[in-house]
Amino acid sequence: MKYIDEFRDGELAKNLAASIRAEVEPGRSYSFMEFCGGHTHAISRYGLSDLLPPAVHMVHGPGCPVCVLPIGRVDLAIDLALNHGVILCTYGDTLRVPASDGLSLMKAKARGGDIRMVYSTIDALQVARDNPAREVVFFAIGFETTTPPTAVAIQQAEAGGLKNFSVLCCHVLTPSAISNILESPEVRQWGTVPLDGFIGPAHVSTVIGSRPYEFFAEEYRKPVVIAGFEPLDVMQAILMLVRQVNEGRAEVENEFSRAVSRDGNLKAQDRVAEVFELRREFEWRGLSVVPYSALKIRQKYATFDAERRFKLDYRSVPDNKACECGAILRGVKRPQDCKIFGTVCTPENPIGSCMVSSEGACAAHYSYGRYKDMH
Amino acid sequence: MAEVKRGYVRPLDLKHGRVDLTHGSGGRSMVQLISELFAKHLGNEYLGQGNDGAVLPAPTINGRAGRLVMSTDCHVVSPLFFPGGDIGCLSVHGTVNDVAVMGATPLYLAAGFVLEEGFPLADLARIVESMAHAATDAGVPVVTGDTKVVERGKGDGVFITTTGVGVVPDGLNLGGSLARPGDVIIVSGSMGDHGVAIMSRRENLSFDAPIESDTAALNGLIAAMLATGAGLRCLRDPTRGGLAATLNEIAGHSGVGMMLYEKAIPVKPVVAAACEFLGLDPLYVANEGKLVVICNALDAELVLNAMRAHPLGREACFIGDVIADDHHFVQLTTAFGGKRIVDWLAGDQLPRIC
Repeated sequence: MKYIDEFRDGELAKNLAASIRAEVEPGRSYSFMEFCGGHTHAISRYGLSDLLPPAVHMVHGPGCPVCVLPIGRVDLAIDLALNHGVILCTYGDTLRVPASDGLSLMKAKARGGDIRMVYSTIDALQVARDNPAREVVFFAIGFETTTPPTAVAIQQAEAGGLKNFSVLCCHVLTPSAISNILESPEVRQWGTVPLDGFIGPAHVSTVIGSRPYEFFAEEYRKPVVIAGFEPLDVMQAILMLVRQVNEGRAEVENEFSRAVSRDGNLKAQDRVAEVFELRREFEWRGLSVVPYSALKIRQKYATFDAERRFKLDYRSVPDNKACECGAILRGVKRPQDCKIFGTVCTPENPIGSCMVSSEGACAAHYSYGRYKDMH
Repeated sequence: MAEVKRGYVRPLDLKHGRVDLTHGSGGRSMVQLISELFAKHLGNEYLGQGNDGAVLPAPTINGRAGRLVMSTDCHVVSPLFFPGGDIGCLSVHGTVNDVAVMGATPLYLAAGFVLEEGFPLADLARIVESMAHAATDAGVPVVTGDTKVVERGKGDGVFITTTGVGVVPDGLNLGGSLARPGDVIIVSGSMGDHGVAIMSRRENLSFDAPIESDTAALNGLIAAMLATGAGLRCLRDPTRGGLAATLNEIAGHSGVGMMLYEKAIPVKPVVAAACEFLGLDPLYVANEGKLVVICNALDAELVLNAMRAHPLGREACFIGDVIADDHHFVQLTTAFGGKRIVDWLAGDQLPRIC
């Protein structure tokens, strides 16, 4: 595959691994957080940690859209499907996220909820056009990558006079989540989570650009290297981070320059700004309530806001007590530190959200790396 | 002299007609559907007798009595017609292969149809014809069958269940529990073709990929392999869940581990590309005409040569080793140079592919 295989080349990986080994200073430890689930997945799927020297530790971050979705939000979607008789359109990843009462969207579907998996907002709009007598709600989740398509869908629904379409908006913001982690006592006060730098998001950064990370680099003195999702991208980013740490620099560098600019996709940003505004606060799984960390639909498009249309009330629901997803999402614990990992909580029967998506730290470790815990 | 009309029978309207509830109710319409469609295409000496069951001769193999192998498979694929095949030929291949991988010569098939009210008879005719072709090509006749009709909305066009019977000689034992450390793992060709072909025609997902399902009957290929006398341990057709599910099953049953080499596993570029943008892993995507072989390492060349001499095994290749592992993990050395597990599929990568 052109443009893909080049970034998965085993020989180049060996060379990069040798460079990283050569540049790691003896006696020094390097902890880098890959913010994105896409990076977590790549690291596990390609067995990348086998190529890194022991001094380099990768800490999984919260950048998995499904993982940070709190139970209360999934409950709202289930309520819409089961009690309001809507057709609920959702991305496939969200179907198995555990919610209250032992339900998930998948289980609600089995109970008769009309829940349909879509691959894009275009599909959701089509479902609305094909079912004019039914209310159709798109369950909009994700970081800045999936937000522009939702904005466009709402504008298209308005332009097309689509009266039966609305959006349950759960879009969240990457910079707020990074601040939250950097401000957490584990990182700031106690130092229990050593963080020497970040691998910055790939797809998110194509939209928001590299500029938003400049604040973190400067304010918190943490280097950020924006990297693509291919394994060689990740290796190269780790090498760049090691160099920054060694040289005492804390800058934003862009390894993913083939897709990310400093300003990002201005057209997409404009669309998002037209349709959405900041929420005063939003509950995340793992990070709890984070101020100004998510988006809601502007008054101008209120008629497309499922929360207003169906008068939904958000109710916060605590996670299962034994589940460590919260600590794992903050980088405080690793999946294998959780008591129920792989015993009670498995991909077939996920208790926490990190075991659901292939981008989740627990699912990635369970599916690709758990043999390392046993040998 | 003008030909005399054979009674007042209005033939089935195979152009515009549709299945209705009377086609399953035991009356004249049902008999007509069976005789003008099923018996016409699938006909053979056993089916033609029209009895409730087929009376078959006791099976022999090489002139001696053998053991019976029996397998059954339900087919609910959506869409019913896909590039490279349809539910008709698929329902023959699926069951013929399940019998053949036990080392048996498939002999007979039974077919059960669940039809949905309103289903076009023209489509049904296409499906039955395709089934007939597949059965003839595989040399395995459909000797008995059944048809039921369900109300509109209670089915999805057509569901087909086929049951196959075959005979395996005494002394030949193949099975999922027989893999031993030191054995090698071979596949007959590229992985994931069927699943991607199906996906490319899904209503909400259609994309233009020049890829056809690999659906095929493997009994000929398997017979050629058995004829070599090589030390075969286990044969499987990696359908749902793909190569990953099949190997995890064998590893579990045999109490062994496996080590695969990503670079060695054949995946067509178009399949790899489709999987890439859909976020799927080709190792988990279904096949319907491919074979996974576990065999004694000493006989690997013999088996590979026999496979490559057959049209369905031309691209056969070695992909991994059976190793000792108390945890029964299927591991993969990635092309990138790292290692990982190839785990069971969690959830549903793609519903209703067969």
